[in-house]
Amino acid sequence: MSSNEPQITGHISKRFDQELDDIRNQVLSMGGLVETQVSNGIECLLKADSDLARRVINEDHSVNRMEVEIDEECVQILARRQPAAGDLRLIVAVTKTISDLERIGDQAAKLGKIQLELEGQGVTSSTYVKLEHLGNLVRQILHRSLDAFARMNAEDAMATIDYDAKVNDEFESLMRELITHMMEDPRTIRSALRMSWCARALERIGDHAKNICEYVVYFVLGKDVRHIDTNDRD
Amino acid sequence: MNASVTEDLGTSSVTEFDVRDPDRSTQVKGFEGTIGENTLDNPKISTRNVNISYGEKQAIFDASLDIGRNEVIAMIGPSGCGKSTYLRALNRMNDTIVGCRVTGDLTIDGEPIYAHNMDPVLLRARVGMVFQKPNPFPKSIYDNIAYGPRIHGLTRTNAELDEVVVTSLQRAGLFEEVKDRLDAPGTGLSGGQQQRLCIARTIAVSPEVILMDEPCSALDPIATAIIEELIDELRANYTIVIVTHSMQQAARVSQRTAYFHLGKLIEVGETNQIFTNPRHELTENYITGKFG
Repeated sequence: MSSNEPQITGHISKRFDQELDDIRNQVLSMGGLVETQVSNGIECLLKADSDLARRVINEDHSVNRMEVEIDEECVQILARRQPAAGDLRLIVAVTKTISDLERIGDQAAKLGKIQLELEGQGVTSSTYVKLEHLGNLVRQILHRSLDAFARMNAEDAMATIDYDAKVNDEFESLMRELITHMMEDPRTIRSALRMSWCARALERIGDHAKNICEYVVYFVLGKDVRHIDTNDRD
Repeated sequence: MNASVTEDLGTSSVTEFDVRDPDRSTQVKGFEGTIGENTLDNPKISTRNVNISYGEKQAIFDASLDIGRNEVIAMIGPSGCGKSTYLRALNRMNDTIVGCRVTGDLTIDGEPIYAHNMDPVLLRARVGMVFQKPNPFPKSIYDNIAYGPRIHGLTRTNAELDEVVVTSLQRAGLFEEVKDRLDAPGTGLSGGQQQRLCIARTIAVSPEVILMDEPCSALDPIATAIIEELIDELRANYTIVIVTHSMQQAARVSQRTAYFHLGKLIEVGETNQIFTNPRHELTENYITGKFG
């Protein structure tokens, strides 16, 4: 750890330490839940498992509730502790992270809904394209970003930000495949569009995971790396 | 320069201490010189390698800091870190303390503050000071303000003096509250009003710099807010150096912040940066409340 990284040492107010610890832990549990949701969302499509799809849809409210709860605690800390420096950056990073986690949750639920629609049309996700690879990439980027958050490791976060390009490449290639199907046989458009929404949802999850990494970098280094080219980041 | 300073202070036996003395310089763990932009182009006040000691006890170690024109700079740090000592060196208030020794280059508009030909009384008119506890003279509100202009002979007629009193009270945001009782004793005002009276008294002699040593620590939040608002308005015409224990106050009123720790100037920077992303661990620990 270099000297400019905030050392997480104790505050004079032990209660404040406890509050910050609680918030960090809650974000990690929310992250864990969201990770499961995404995994199940992908799984229900790959296995055409509509029961699992319904579970994913129903569980989304838990994610939403956690966002509201953590947000409320952050507001309390802002109001009562007036955090500064590293503490302030942590609270800012947390409020933004949970907002992205909630949106990831929405995308996972969307995967479940699409599975139910595909079932209604009598097709499965594997009819036109293989979502497996994109799904795996997205699971990995999400896992790595949550890991970087748990350990507040800026280097891992930076590496994971770069990983998003792979997700985008895979998304583009899936889209090209789907467009080919639709051009060859317009009767596939209805289902192929649904598949493109799946791919889009997965790609969005990658973007949100990347955002979380950017908040980790902000917390650790105090640097805003959003909307900056990889090459210009230093 | 150093020699002339000590002569001015009337200390006969001068033993120069070595700031590189390992026992002293390692008092602050990991200190390798001030971090951040401590020098400026065309500063109002410039201080270089300032050492201040009270007898054997050294209070400030080799501090170099420029204070810009029309800026509010906040000095923060734990009790006993030397921030008030440093502040008082800027208008030679330390001259009055027996055994206090100041060395280093301190200049205002390029003129050495501790030069032979610098009259401390005139200096203190240029560099005014507002203290922690409001200290109005046991005189009328009018006379409190008129005192400075009178002794410095700044006005020729009573009408001119009246005008200075009114303008000063207006600038300090007190005029409306006291305009009907300028003959009433200044000590009869509320704490916040007394502090504004002291600010008006400071302004009356047309200073260039105003030093404020914990100006709001004896005031309630509303009086504090009024003074802070005033500081922001005064910035248009004056340079303000404020020592404060309230980090929120430093964050609210200042453009730059300097952090002192055990007599060393640890870090200086834009207030925005100091309060969101301080570079030194000690600054971080202090402003997040990790040590007292």
